[in-house]
Amino acid sequence: MGKKGIETLVGLFVLLGIAGLVFLALKAANLASFSNGDTYTVMARFDNIGGLKVRAPVRSAGVTIGRIASITLDAKTYQGLVRMELDKSIVFPKDSSARILTAGLLGDQYVGLEPGGDEKNLSPGDTITQTQSAVVLESLIGQFLFNKAADSGAPPANGAKK
Amino acid sequence: MNPLAALGRRVLDVLRAFGHAAFFFVDLLRAVPASLRRFSLVVAQIHAIGNLSLVIILASGLAVGFVLALQMYYALVAYGAAESLGLIVNLALVRELGPVVTALLFAGRAGTSLTAEIGLMKAGEQLAAMEMMAIDPKSRVLSPRFLAGMVSMPILAILFSAIGILGAYVVAVLLIGVDAGNFWSIMQSKVDVWRDVGNGIVKSAVFGVICTFVALYQGHETEATPEGVAYATTRTVVISSLSVLGMDFVLTALMFSTP
Repeated sequence: MGKKGIETLVGLFVLLGIAGLVFLALKAANLASFSNGDTYTVMARFDNIGGLKVRAPVRSAGVTIGRIASITLDAKTYQGLVRMELDKSIVFPKDSSARILTAGLLGDQYVGLEPGGDEKNLSPGDTITQTQSAVVLESLIGQFLFNKAADSGAPPANGAKK
Repeated sequence: MNPLAALGRRVLDVLRAFGHAAFFFVDLLRAVPASLRRFSLVVAQIHAIGNLSLVIILASGLAVGFVLALQMYYALVAYGAAESLGLIVNLALVRELGPVVTALLFAGRAGTSLTAEIGLMKAGEQLAAMEMMAIDPKSRVLSPRFLAGMVSMPILAILFSAIGILGAYVVAVLLIGVDAGNFWSIMQSKVDVWRDVGNGIVKSAVFGVICTFVALYQGHETEATPEGVAYATTRTVVISSLSVLGMDFVLTALMFSTP
């Protein structure tokens, strides 16, 4: 085979590699769905973040509009400080509320943003004041049992059946 | 000879071998600029190492994708999570199987031929003849092959992962009937370009350096006999496979241990 032929084949090989990389990046990964480029940061404090993880999505009306950048413990208030990076093209009113929700029964946790009615918008670095913590299954069950016991007016050892 | 001296000699031998290999590696790197100036040599080697390994890499990738999808389906369908098939196959391929299996196949397909070629060149005293003519065999023979291996391995690993995912798509969507939209969208929402795909490529680049270096070193240090070349070729496969697997654990621990 001539030198030109080999060069063409190597060119094809490299091109094939680039095509594979583009396929992996755009079709099989999340480069197309959300870019890290133009974002702004807002913060929120939660009493309990549950199982929320860094890079979990931030959604509004179910649509992903950002990601969790970091989760730390606020040393003064002992609350979880969640830093979120939101898409720059979407602004929220100042009194928007943040909730930690779960996708499906066993799914991953994410932050849901609900827009408020304020005329001013959240600017980069602002803190969302109205927050609702993650639902912790243990405390939910505990509350349920406590209510049952209170309803029946009897010690829970007798069983809660009426 | 007393056993203490025997132990000491063994340790010194091992250390000497490591030092020798390290100096060889530095010499190879020093020769890289010279071989970059004659890039046609590198191109010819990419053809020999990369292009000619394509068939086995693509066939293996496709087979791995098929089998992974089939097996995972039976495990996942019990939990009603068959749509996550694409995600699992993707992560397994991009993070681990793509780089590692490609490196193992590469050691068998390209590493052995490099060792045998260099070993026979040495046995036939071609390398010595080059030195006689004031041509540095490191920059003329070894370094282009080293560069070609470094370039080829990531490309091959990317293609392995890509065709594996396509194979999983064929099995999951076309054969089993998993919903195509969910197959892709769950994958896209959970696989990160930099963290998963990017780290996989870094891994395969490291493996490319390891495999090519081991092959060249074994070929260069071979005894100049038929048996010597045969042993060197065997050692290439054994050493590069073991170092790839060991290095893979270290890299995985560094890259993916934090959530």
